[in-house]
Amino acid sequence: MNFPSIVFFVLATVLVLSALRVITARNPVHAALFLVLAFASAAGLWLLLHAEFLAITLILVYVGAVMVLFLFVIMMLDINVDRLREGFWNILPIALPVAVLLLGIMGATLMGPYFGLEMRPPPPEVAEGYSNTRAIGMVLYTEYLYPFELAAVILLVAIIAAIALTLRARKNTRSIDPAVQVAATREGRVRLVSMPSEKKGVSAPAPEPEPPQQAPQQPK
Amino acid sequence: MNIPLPDFAPAATELFLLAAACAVLLIDLFVRDERRWITQVLTQLVLAGCAMILLATATSGTAYTFSVMFIDDPLADALKLMIVLAVSVLLVYSRRYLEDRGMYRGEFFTLTLFSVLGMMVMVSANHFITLYLGLELLSLSLYAMIALQRDSAVATEAAMKYFILGALASGMLLYGMSMVYGATGTLQVGDIAAMIARGEGNRTVLVFGLVFIVAGLGFKLGVVPFHMWVPDVYHGAPTAVTLLISSAPKLAAFAFFMRILGEALGGLVADWRSMLVVMAVLSLVLGNVAAIAQTNLKRMLAYSSISHMGFLLLGFLAGNAFGFAAAMFYVAAYVLMNLGTFGMILMLARAGFEADRLDDYRGLARRAPWQAFIMLLLMFSMAGLPPMVGFYAKLTVLAAVVDIGLVWLAVFAVMMSLVGAFYYLRIVKLMYFDEPVDTTPLSATADARVLMSVNGLAVLALGLMPQPLMAWCLLAIQRSL
Repeated sequence: MNFPSIVFFVLATVLVLSALRVITARNPVHAALFLVLAFASAAGLWLLLHAEFLAITLILVYVGAVMVLFLFVIMMLDINVDRLREGFWNILPIALPVAVLLLGIMGATLMGPYFGLEMRPPPPEVAEGYSNTRAIGMVLYTEYLYPFELAAVILLVAIIAAIALTLRARKNTRSIDPAVQVAATREGRVRLVSMPSEKKGVSAPAPEPEPPQQAPQQPK
Repeated sequence: MNIPLPDFAPAATELFLLAAACAVLLIDLFVRDERRWITQVLTQLVLAGCAMILLATATSGTAYTFSVMFIDDPLADALKLMIVLAVSVLLVYSRRYLEDRGMYRGEFFTLTLFSVLGMMVMVSANHFITLYLGLELLSLSLYAMIALQRDSAVATEAAMKYFILGALASGMLLYGMSMVYGATGTLQVGDIAAMIARGEGNRTVLVFGLVFIVAGLGFKLGVVPFHMWVPDVYHGAPTAVTLLISSAPKLAAFAFFMRILGEALGGLVADWRSMLVVMAVLSLVLGNVAAIAQTNLKRMLAYSSISHMGFLLLGFLAGNAFGFAAAMFYVAAYVLMNLGTFGMILMLARAGFEADRLDDYRGLARRAPWQAFIMLLLMFSMAGLPPMVGFYAKLTVLAAVVDIGLVWLAVFAVMMSLVGAFYYLRIVKLMYFDEPVDTTPLSATADARVLMSVNGLAVLALGLMPQPLMAWCLLAIQRSL
């Protein structure tokens, strides 16, 4: 067993175990951190295949950005784990045999002479100065232009959907609308009413009550 | 480095649709709520423009572009035209319903346009990556549209279920595709077919991948045993969105089956035929039997769609040009009938009243005789009674199954559709022989009424003269295979 095989098996074991812990960990924060570990070991596996750019992207984008956001969301939402696990023990007697059976069938099919390290030759040695990033860059915007643009459209739809589902104008808040405030005029706020002048010291008759439609507007 | 510019002409429809959808998205921002009809008119104009481009550029040949990831053949043209037509009709049916429920917003129309784009990408895909991306574009738009009615707990639950199960199905599909890639070293539809024809590629790995691909496709189409989401999503989603989910995407799903199973993995027909037989038999049994027990029309139609998709698989599993054409005719007929039936639910619904219980149809013949008659035509067609289009669709599918020697399967399908006739005819009985419990007159718009009449009569006319449509389907399949 050569050195790359040892590295492969160590990383693969860590990957599978941490992936298992993602779904078995009781604490959601722990589950998210195990997912980070799974991503990191997957990035290591890609490095073994000489896919440096993908490995670094996985670390930067998924571990660095996506999982950090995930952790934020998990900490903000108070998720009741025990309620999520209701019914788990009831379906386990059926689910476990089915899962083991499927795993056995898949294993029996794939463990044969079709997969395995000896069937997959190691990636060929590359020349001095070969850049994985450059190779991807050469095809991403030329040969794979169409799927690349489609992915962009999917992101656009995701943005529209996220805004449509979360943006709501609440009617009962006291939020202010700057546009309305700026557009306010003097005439809209103050109304001059001419009233008969009164003599001092003489008790004047009570002024006639104004008709209701002419009542001065209360400032909002 | 000199990069050749791809040929944009074959993808003219998609490019126009993308540009126009973005334009509608921007224009909608400046439209006030009471003038929202402007967005709807623009959407209809965009769809009409797509149809005109499709008709103007339709050729009998096959053109590839974007590094052979995009294919423009007669099959793609025919399916895209049907998709555009179906979406255009359902937008007319939906208007009143959306207005009554505060869903008459710009997002509904832009998301509809993007879902149409996703369907078109799927129909024209010649590469597993573009197939998958088209599917995701379609699904993502649909998930969001179901959840648009944010304050409805049922709709949110339906969106959640659809989203999670859809993600699971996508995972299965991708896993299967990766296995096919491992066995052949390519994701191009034509290259995979050529490698399998030459006997290259590891067969065990290919079949292993095929199992996952069929499971993923089964999820997306909603056939037993991957049907769990169908009744809940059909029931929970706002009826206008249910209409969208249950009509045009079925045409795209047929294209998906054609491209993956028919074209790329056509050499493995013996392997996927047996899987499809099991799925078709189970769907016919469960769809028809479970539909009898439903009291909600939307749920009943969901189970009926499961059994119809079982019939679609029957035509498809024949694995020859006639079988594919029969399946295509079936899916076109199903979409036509489905538009009418869900359109009728939309017409009867009003603010605060969904008209989705079977009891709401009691005595409809007395309240609205013409609409009841159209519904009668649609129900007869769904049940497969002559001379409706549903009868001819079932007949051709069964002929394709008998052609490959599976007579027992054809006999079984006939028996199951007899069971199915019960719950369709029950609606006719409710409409014509029961006393009305609700005497409110219909409030549907005039254009929806006219279109509904055309829709119902088309079901009858296509049943009397199915040959042109059938010839079109056969021609499209033969020229594209």
